[in-house]
This record gives sequence, C-alpha cells and structure tokens, in this order.
Amino acid sequence: MTTNLPTPGLRDVPTAETPMTRKDFASDQEVRWCPGCGDYIILAAVQGFLPTLGLRKENIVFVSGIGCSSRFPYYLETYGMHSIHGRAPAIATGLATARPDLSVWVVTGDGDALSIGGNHLIHALRRNVNLTILLFNNRIYGLTKGQYSPTSEPGKITKSTPMGSVDRPFNPVSLALGAEATFVARTLDSDRAHLTEVLQAAASHRGTSLVEIYQNCPIFNDGAFDVLKDKEQAEARLVRLEHGKPVRIGEREWIHDAHADDPSRAFEISRLDDGTMAHVPIGIFRQVERPTYDDQVRSQLTSAAATQGEGDLDALIAGSDTWTVSHAPS
Amino acid sequence: MAKQVKQLDRVIIRFAGDSGDGMQLTGDRFTHETAAFGNDLSTLPNFPAEIRAPAGTLPGVSSFQLHFADHDILTPGDAPDVLVAMNPAALRANTKDLAAGATIIVDTHDFTARNLTRAGYAANPLEDGSLDKFSLHSVDLTALTVEAIKEFGLTRKDAGRTKNMFALGLLSWLYGRPVESTEAYLTKRFASKPDIRDANLAAFRAGWNFGETTEGFAVSYEVKPAPMRVGTYRNITGNLALSYGLVTASVRSRLPLFLGAYPITPASDILHELSKHKRFGVVTFQAEDEIAGIGAALGASFGGSLGVTTTSGPGIALKSETIGLAVSLELPLIVVDVQRGGPSTGLPTRTEQSDLLQAMFGRNGEAPVAIVAPQSPGDCFDAAVEAARIAVTYRTPVMLLSDGYLANGSEPWQLPDLDNLPTIDPAFATAANHETEVGDREFWPYKRDPETLARPWAIPGTPDLEHRVGGLEKADGHGSISYDPTNHDLMVRTRQAKIDRIADSIGPLEVDDPSGQARLLVLGWGSTYGPIGAACRRLRRHGLDVAQAHLRHLNPFPSNLGEVLRRYDRVVVPEMNLGQLGLLLRAKYLVDVIGYTQVRGLPFTATELEAVFTTTIEELHR
Ligand code: SF4
Repeated sequence: MTTNLPTPGLRDVPTAETPMTRKDFASDQEVRWCPGCGDYIILAAVQGFLPTLGLRKENIVFVSGIGCSSRFPYYLETYGMHSIHGRAPAIATGLATARPDLSVWVVTGDGDALSIGGNHLIHALRRNVNLTILLFNNRIYGLTKGQYSPTSEPGKITKSTPMGSVDRPFNPVSLALGAEATFVARTLDSDRAHLTEVLQAAASHRGTSLVEIYQNCPIFNDGAFDVLKDKEQAEARLVRLEHGKPVRIGEREWIHDAHADDPSRAFEISRLDDGTMAHVPIGIFRQVERPTYDDQVRSQLTSAAATQGEGDLDALIAGSDTWTVSHAPS
Repeated sequence: MAKQVKQLDRVIIRFAGDSGDGMQLTGDRFTHETAAFGNDLSTLPNFPAEIRAPAGTLPGVSSFQLHFADHDILTPGDAPDVLVAMNPAALRANTKDLAAGATIIVDTHDFTARNLTRAGYAANPLEDGSLDKFSLHSVDLTALTVEAIKEFGLTRKDAGRTKNMFALGLLSWLYGRPVESTEAYLTKRFASKPDIRDANLAAFRAGWNFGETTEGFAVSYEVKPAPMRVGTYRNITGNLALSYGLVTASVRSRLPLFLGAYPITPASDILHELSKHKRFGVVTFQAEDEIAGIGAALGASFGGSLGVTTTSGPGIALKSETIGLAVSLELPLIVVDVQRGGPSTGLPTRTEQSDLLQAMFGRNGEAPVAIVAPQSPGDCFDAAVEAARIAVTYRTPVMLLSDGYLANGSEPWQLPDLDNLPTIDPAFATAANHETEVGDREFWPYKRDPETLARPWAIPGTPDLEHRVGGLEKADGHGSISYDPTNHDLMVRTRQAKIDRIADSIGPLEVDDPSGQARLLVLGWGSTYGPIGAACRRLRRHGLDVAQAHLRHLNPFPSNLGEVLRRYDRVVVPEMNLGQLGLLLRAKYLVDVIGYTQVRGLPFTATELEAVFTTTIEELHR
C-alpha cells in the first residue's frame, strides 16, 4: 500500500523524546470484552501501532460513544473520553478544533456511528475535521444483547426481528464516500498487518479519516465475516485496493486511483459488494487532500488578530456610542 | 413660528407597522438618539415569528416600544403615550393598549377599503369617531415622504420604504432628540448606495421639518436627561451584554472561548455576535444540530477551553443528555437558555420563564447543575461572568437563564470596571495528586478539593496525568469505572453537595425593604425585576410598605433564603410561568408562597403588579 501524499495529519502534535512500547499504552484497567471478541485483536493492533507514531502519549486522545467498542479508551494509557451514544464525532470535533496539538481518535460501532450518531458522522466527514474514526462493524447490537443494527443483512433474525429484519442496511464506505469524506478505508480485525497499515495511513492523513473495521462478535453474530477469513474463499472474495496498483475481478482490470478528486469511482468500487460478500474491497478507497475545518477555523483566528490586532476588551465593550455622566445626581 | 415646548418627566412611545416597514430599525435609532441625549430608557421590541408575514395583516405587525424619562426607570412602560401606526393593521393591533388621551400618529396612505378589511375593520376608524378619546394625527406620511425625496429618482417602492425615516424625523422633532447619531448611521449604512443614503437622510430631515412647520403639531416636548451615577454609559441589549460577558470571562480566565451552537430564536444573535470576535481567539462552531453544538463545546472544555452552548428551550431538551454527561465528567460548561414561550415550538419570538424546572430537573438521574439568571439587559453581562466563575471553579455545567425580553430589550448600561470583576482561575492540574500505599505518585481525576469539592481539571497535553473519563459511574477518587452500590450512593451525594457548596461563594440574598416595616415580600427571578421594582416603587410612593428581593442564583439558592422567606407575613412570587419558582420554594422551605403568574408572551406591566401587591397588603391589614 502506498501513502505518498503529503498529508501530515500529525504535523502539530509534539513527538516523544524517548521511544515507547506497546506496554506504555496499556492502561491499568482490566479488559472486559467477551472472550474471543474481535475487539481484543483491534486493541492489540492499536497498542502495538501507537508507539510507532512517535507521539507524546499525553497528546493523544481517544473519544468514544456507547457500545462494546466504545469501551476502547479505558484500555489505552492516553487521555480519553467514553461519552454518550452517537455523539463522539461532535465531541471530538470541538476538541480537535480547539487543540491542534492533539492526535484525536474516535472509536465507534455500527449502531453508534450509523444509527443514533449518523448525523454527527456525516457532518464530521463533510467538514473534514482532523480526526481518525475507527468504525468497528460487527453488524449487530452487542452491548444491548443482540438486536439487528443498521449494517445487519436484510432478513436477519434477531431478538427484535423474530420474523427477520425488513431494514435495508447501510454500506458504511458508500455512506462516507457519499459525504465526500477525504479518507475512506476498510480493513479486517483478523488481518493485523493490513489493519496496522491502514491505521498508519489514516493517522497521517490530515482531515477526517474513516476506517471501517469488520469485527467479529462471537456472542451475537459469530462468523459474520468468516467467508472473508477462510483462506481459500478470501482470495476470491477480497478485492485488495492499493493506490496505483492494478485491481482484477474476473475479466475486469483497472489501476486503482485513491487520489482522484471525484469520489464517484471510489463509490462505484464500494458498490462491488452487493451484500453477498462475493467481492469485498478492502484497503484505501479514497485519500485526497482538502483543507480541514479546524485548520481553517484557526487560520481565521490568526488572520483576524493579524489584521485587526489582538482583542482589546475595553474597546469592545464600550463600542462606538458611549456617553459620559460627570456630575453625580443632586 | 415659535412653538410651545412642554416639559414631561417620562414618555412611552410605540412604533408599529408591517414587519417590512423597518419598525425595529426606527425604534433602535430613536433609542440611540435618546441614549445620547441622556435619558434613562428601557425598550421592548415585539415582532412576529414569520420573517415576512402577509403585508397588512394583524399577524404581520411588528412593533418597538420605548420608555424614556428624566429619572431612573425599570421597565419599557405599560400603556404607550404615543402610538405611531404605519397601516390599519398596526393601528388595530395596538389601540387596545393605549390609555385614554394618548397620541396616535397614523400614516393614512394605506387606509384603503381593501386594507381596512384585511385588518378587520368594518369602517374606517379614522373617520367613524372610534378614536375620539385619543389625540389623533392623520397624516399621509408615505405621500409626504415620496414627495420629499422625488429628486433622487427612486422607484415608488424604494421611495415608500424610507417613510420610516420620515416618521423617525417627525418623532425626533417632537421630543427634541439629537439627530447626529442617526445621520451618521444612515451615512455609514448606505455608504455603497448613495441614492438610498441621500433619500433616507432627506426623508429623515423632511420628517423633522414637517413637525416644525406644520400646524398639526402645535407643541413639542422636552424630557430632561436623567441624573445617573458618574460613569461612561452605552445602550445595550441582553444578547449583546451576554456575549460581552462571555468574552470577558474568557479574557479573565485566559481560557479560549469555544461556542458550539445551532441557530434558534431568540438566541442566535449571541452566535452572530461572538462570531465577530475572532481576534479574541473566540471559536464559534455552527453545528449540525443542538446536540452537536453542546457536544463540541464539551469536547473543547475537555481540552481546556471555556465551552459554551447557546440555545432556547427546545434546544435544551435536545442537549439534556450531554448536560448529564457534563455533570458526570465534572467539566466546566456554560449552557445559555434564552427562554421563549413553550411548550414545543411555542412562541419563538415571545418571552416566558418556563424553563426553570427544565433547567433544574430536565435530565435522567440525579444530575444537579448550577443555575443563574440575569435581571435586566445590561445585567446579562454580570450573569455571564458569574456563570463562568461557577463553571470553572466548581467544574460543572451552569445554566444561564435569560429570556426573549432581556435578549432583545435594551437599556443604558454603565461600562463595568473590568478590574473589579471576580477572578476566574482554571487552576489546571499539572502533577500527580495521590500517593499509593507503596509510595507511587498517581493522578486521581476524582480526588476533590476539600473546600469546593471540585475535581482536578487535567487537560490533554499534560504529561503523566493521562486519564479516562466517561458517563459510567466512577470510583470515588480514582475515577475508574465502578458499579459498587455504596460508591454510587457516595458519588451521587457528593455531586449534589458540590453544587450546594456553591452557596458559600455567593453571599446572602439582599432584601430591599426601605422602611423595615413591610409585611409583604415580593420575590422574583430573571426579567421580572423591572416590572416588580417599578410596582414596588409605586406602592411606596403611595405610602405602602413592601419588600423586594430578586434571585440571581436559582441553584443553589442563597443560604439565607429560607430565613428571608419566614421573616415576612406574606410572600408573593410573580413569574411568567405557572409557578415554577414557587414550587421549588414550597418544596424546599415549606413556606406558603403565593404565585402570581401569566404566560402572555410579554413582560408583566407595573400596573398589574401594583394592583396585585396593593390587594395583598390590604388583605394583610384586614
Ligand atoms: S457482545 Fe460481541 S462485540 Fe460485544 S464484547 Fe461481546 S463479543 Fe465483543
């Protein structure tokens, strides 16, 4: 995978003086996901990968919503906030705008990001705030014990859909591309090398990066992605996207261009999966440069101070129409 | 022709017209002239929720009332002495508010059969004698204006639009207002459109000259400047004062101001105002919804900003969950609610005080927040600074309850001495605060200040203080997730105790009881201060004893409130709701307070309160 664009997502974040290890990023909290949950693998990958960024860990913040995946921040020895259902992108937007010296991450799930928090997600992507969003997609509600989610397949039988779900699911990658997100990728909890590589590119992207991670929930939706994990089937089903490299599906072959300004081609690729998982693209769909919301907000502050001078509180409060009473009332 | 000048001690004028007639601008300009002249004043804009309701109809009427005097006044006045009505609907909508003998200046231009019908008149009121008890001046203001500015070659429509400046000129002459500020304003406002600028200036002067020369107006009036305390003054609306208070709190605390907001009437002007002050480092984030507005503000607070969100009642409903999170995280956050008529969308442009219980209790769980309320437009400044002081010192969300009347109303405001404002010290945590049994130094995010019970505020970027906070219950001190029943009980009580402790920092409630003989106490909060104060003054002028007290802090209450309530034989609580403060007082102090309430979307009049207080005192002496 190539990530040659000069997208310095971490440009303003101070770097650590001494190298750190995975242990430095493990908090003292006991991890409480179910045995075999895909979240463990993702946590291990993130803990293993964070030291390679070389950042001061006090300048890293993980913000999450509600759901199994949203417990993530508790297990990392960085600053963190476990917030409320669906709102993490909004909270992170405020934090990232106020603090350019932080590396801000959002950890969310399919219910958190696409159902209750759908609005905040699309607006964060549209604004292109400098955030990295990890969307753990297990296609089920885990924490509330097994209701269908906005990514569950039609007809799914769950506790709340005994006769099968009649909802049409979102494709998170299509949704993000529809919102013209500047960085959109998909990876799998089971492929640590690929996961790490995608995370690396997402973190270094300046703007909102959305990484969909297929995550297995062995308790309520076990094996949802097995066909992509089984060695023999995976080769036929997975469509590996690498910028500038050829992609082949049957007769069709093309050179993947993740840097195209127009998101239409990336969207078309996202539609290769018709829901049957016959062809599932993974890798970076789109990675383009666009001014970020937070950079532009801060540059307006700087230019206002530069052109009008620093704020003078007395002058502000007085305004232009004052009068003075110089004699005390008789 | 030298005209007679009559002395008055106070005047109430109401400008009324179609919402497209520029009545708010006219009122605003007259206010500036009056402020510059040195009268004390108070204003009440009143406009429809629709941007342009159908022309000539009653729902489309917009008005601006101004009360000015040669002495200290507290309200925009009850019954106007002068009504300027620009069309039949404006006349019809406002006549009922006038006292007998009031002056009506009416633009006759639109008094056609069609417009009369549209306004609901069966006959022309200018001719049928129904206005006989008033002093009526029927003038075709539009025709006079068009004639006065014909040299500028404007279209008839554009020419007609300047009739509000003709009316302003006429009223400015009638009350001897200085004209310089309006001329300067028009010159600047229309600098890029010389024709429009010159036409407006000419209309304004023509109105003045019309007053001076026409025989219809035989008398002009003089209202002498009011004696005021020595100092520098400006005229200010509540939303503006509130915005300046927030910027001031940011400068004094050295915390960058971060406003997350979604547009909503009547709070949007705070967003507009703060967006102008980028050179103070103020970030304004216009969010995708109310929830994101407060979410972003809370995120910024987590990062060490002074996080603020501004809204009205419907927005508070949407923000409730995040306010609860802020209670749990114990981070500073200012939540401004510019209250309007409810429930639901209610009356967006009308005032009400009906969000007090929502502010108090409108969240799941035991989620106490501090509540402060301003009592006048200028006081919104101090209330905002106070909200910031509490939020930062106690690491808590604070609700600032303004309302539509304060937001848009204005008054002269003495510029504050910034050095005398309270200090706001963020006191960020910089080092570990706990030693373990084996002697390791650790940071415990929920280890509290023993005096205030506030927790340390360690912001990202501070080495060695990495920690996680969240909406799940936390272990006392250490802050890790805890489902322990005893710990939860302790944490719930501690969060409540922290809010209660704020009372130690706010001083006792002061009672205005000049004779010391009063048996009736009138207790209010928020924007009712003006009418309550004006009514109390009237009672005292009539030799009646009445005590007045007004609450700045609604949660916690000042520590002496119970004692104050018990000191009086009768306590009346006027509120623009159905008795929400009354409910809290009864519950907390077991005092049988008497509510006097109305929800008409307008402030109380001093006259109605005077009657209520007088009756109550008479009952006491029976
Ligand atoms: S319910 Fe599923 S997603 Fe949640 S922790 Fe258990 S295995 Fe993981």
